[in-house]
Amino acid sequence: MLHRPTITIATAVAMALAGMSSANANTLRWASSGDSLTLDPHAQNEGPTHTLAHQMYEPLLQRDMAGEIIPALATSWAVTDDPTVWRFTLRQGVKFHNGADFNADDVVFSINRTRAPNSAMKELLTSVVDVKKVDDYTVDLITEGPNPLLPANLTNQFMMDEDWTKANGAEQPQDFDNGGDNFAVRNVNGTGAFKLTSRVIDEKTVLTANEDYWGKDEFPNEITEIVYTPIQSAGTRVAALLSGEVDFIQDVPVQDLARVDGTDSLKVNSAPQNRTIFFGLNVGDEDLTNDNVDGKNPFADLRVRQAMNMAINRAAIQRVVMRDQSQPTGIIMPPFVAGWTEALDALPEGNMDGAKALMAEAGYEEGFTVTLNCPNDRYVNDEAICQAAVGMFAQIGINVNLDAKPKAQHFPLIANKETDFYMLGWGVPTFDSEYIFNFLVHTSSDDRGSWNGTRYSNPEVDSMIVSLGSEVDLEKRAGTVAAIWETIQSEVIYLPIHHQVLNWGMANNIEFPVQPEDQPHFKFLTYAQ
Amino acid sequence: MLAYIIRRVFQGAFVLLIVGFIAFCMFRFMGDPLESILGQEATALDRIELRERLGLNDPIVLQYGRFVGNAVQGEFGISYRNGVPVAELISQRLPATLELALVSAVLALVFGIVLGVYTAIKREGWLANSIMSLSLIGVSLPTFLIGILLIWIFAVELGWLPSFGRGDTGSLFGIQTSLATVSGIKSIILPAITLGLYQMTLIMRLVRAEMLEVLRADYIRFARARGLSERAINFSHALKNTLLPVITIIGLQLGQIIAFAIITETVFQWPGVGLLFINAVQFVDIPVMTTYLLLVGAMFVVLNLLVDLLYAVIDPRLRVAKR
Repeated sequence: MLHRPTITIATAVAMALAGMSSANANTLRWASSGDSLTLDPHAQNEGPTHTLAHQMYEPLLQRDMAGEIIPALATSWAVTDDPTVWRFTLRQGVKFHNGADFNADDVVFSINRTRAPNSAMKELLTSVVDVKKVDDYTVDLITEGPNPLLPANLTNQFMMDEDWTKANGAEQPQDFDNGGDNFAVRNVNGTGAFKLTSRVIDEKTVLTANEDYWGKDEFPNEITEIVYTPIQSAGTRVAALLSGEVDFIQDVPVQDLARVDGTDSLKVNSAPQNRTIFFGLNVGDEDLTNDNVDGKNPFADLRVRQAMNMAINRAAIQRVVMRDQSQPTGIIMPPFVAGWTEALDALPEGNMDGAKALMAEAGYEEGFTVTLNCPNDRYVNDEAICQAAVGMFAQIGINVNLDAKPKAQHFPLIANKETDFYMLGWGVPTFDSEYIFNFLVHTSSDDRGSWNGTRYSNPEVDSMIVSLGSEVDLEKRAGTVAAIWETIQSEVIYLPIHHQVLNWGMANNIEFPVQPEDQPHFKFLTYAQ
Repeated sequence: MLAYIIRRVFQGAFVLLIVGFIAFCMFRFMGDPLESILGQEATALDRIELRERLGLNDPIVLQYGRFVGNAVQGEFGISYRNGVPVAELISQRLPATLELALVSAVLALVFGIVLGVYTAIKREGWLANSIMSLSLIGVSLPTFLIGILLIWIFAVELGWLPSFGRGDTGSLFGIQTSLATVSGIKSIILPAITLGLYQMTLIMRLVRAEMLEVLRADYIRFARARGLSERAINFSHALKNTLLPVITIIGLQLGQIIAFAIITETVFQWPGVGLLFINAVQFVDIPVMTTYLLLVGAMFVVLNLLVDLLYAVIDPRLRVAKR
């Protein structure tokens, strides 16, 4: 307040400020680009929605700020003598925000709710056939076959209070076509470290620390109140941080990093994200619809793919397009994922002469023309990366027409197999290679390969991928994973570009490492003394 | 007169039906809502099922017919993005947009007329000339740039005003509005200026041009000859007669202000219907998009009708012609 029109206002403001500093010593004002879509923890499978849900609801086990699995509502878990049964021991003495006790009935109810037809989370639990209460604090999850990686699929499956949910008629996750409203969309009763105080969609969500949280002493829990505001416009978001109106923002645009970091009261924390950006090629069709080569598919020729892989100057993309905020890579697997090795991540050798020779050998000395589909509002500088790549492919005679569209129009092209050459980014929530294989490598069919826009189909690889789902011998499993990666790398069906880097901007007194899934869990946040 | 109004209302309803239909035809080019609704783990089977359940396989005409049928009963569906009824979302957001539009319109009107009259009277003054030059900025700079510029100066550099949001809302005459609190009023200043700047310069230039025209008219000369004061001539004789075209423009511009609010609301994270619409477009949230477009259509129809009726009130000559 520089101008104080009247004494009364000045006094009122002074009083308000005094009140704030004592009562809300640690209010965190947090902004990110997109609001949570719904408070119903099973109605949307989407990053910002999970981020908000994680503050108030809890899964049986969760990922910490380093991405490691830690106990949450379950204290321990293990496969029983029957390899198809996982047994979870639940934490005792946990209370929901409304005071109700948490026990096995709630787990059975919640797991069944996530498996309901309307649930957005059901695909992560397709291997589960039943969930059984053993006693009040023990629950068995029964899977179709042995599933050694079940815990990794539970990190975003939140636990709700059975009585509360049923009493409010929200047994089922929201159904869009019924015209039905759902109580759980606007109300929260979780076990998490924060309670919902108020929420106006796209405007402001206020959370207050849960005084009865079971993990009071286990985690720092230094924040007393969170005020969450989505700010869509990147410029405004940064301005709000610079002017001190917010304390913490996710997604600092790369062009503003220096400005934020150069401000005395602010800092930027960076870390690689669990997401890799790459191009996919239609290698399976007889002929391409979006090229100028008749009767042939140039991408079906391994030499062309190898040449393209060699032509991409990843270091230049990192330096010029990404302003160093990326990690160039030679594989479509983020470094956090089981199966990742440094050797696999090594960059393909950039060699223009070699690439041109391969093109000539494949009979495309004169090159060809093809359309590249690219999103323009999904990944960091997505369209600019594509533009850079267009120039690089031109050097080996491939004339690329760039078609950049908003994500809502881009992704259906991949899902409906209408593109021959596209950009895609992939994050791996289970932190395991199998997830990548299931969606990107397996032949596109009803239940697998939904994001495999390459039309690549290798029955041998497919059967190896299916075998991973029930392989209990972890050493043998790792061997199969390595074998599949070897095939994919030698076939070059994808052209990897880089791993994205996350940048969180925050006030100087906040100590908060970047979480690889872009999931800030605020109970871990501490303030510098 | 009544018959005229009834006829206009029917015309309006027809216009709305057409607007809705065109909107529905365009949605197929906006992308696929399933990509936003389903997570990346969804299988091909999930897609087919959901598409069937949402009726997205039906012909456009049938989908539109269904929407109109429900809309007539006041049922606008559930937002794909937020999972709450569209009617509730819009009624929550509309006050924010209306309040922003209103403040912008008042700012534009007051400053537009005052500056317009001033620059007309003091045609050669240095202040009038600099106002005229500055007004070029308002006409030529795009809204988002003005918004960012204002944020930069007043929020980041000077720290006087908030850069985003609506502040706290309070109750004023039973309506929840940010105009009732100090933080709310501070929050509305920058977005209102951003939104109203173009209209302000437009009104100012219009008033100036009309005023110059009128000041040359015979009756002003006669008024001067009668020895009336400059003040009386300028304000009660000249200004009155320049206001007719201004009212037309304002009527139509108010619709524009609400429509342009989309950009301003995005820049300032102002939680109005414009921001809701932008999000709906990105998400391909068909129920929200359709309802919003119908709402804007209805607003234009009503504003046009009001302007026509106001004409008759202000200009007696038109009243005679109507009969």
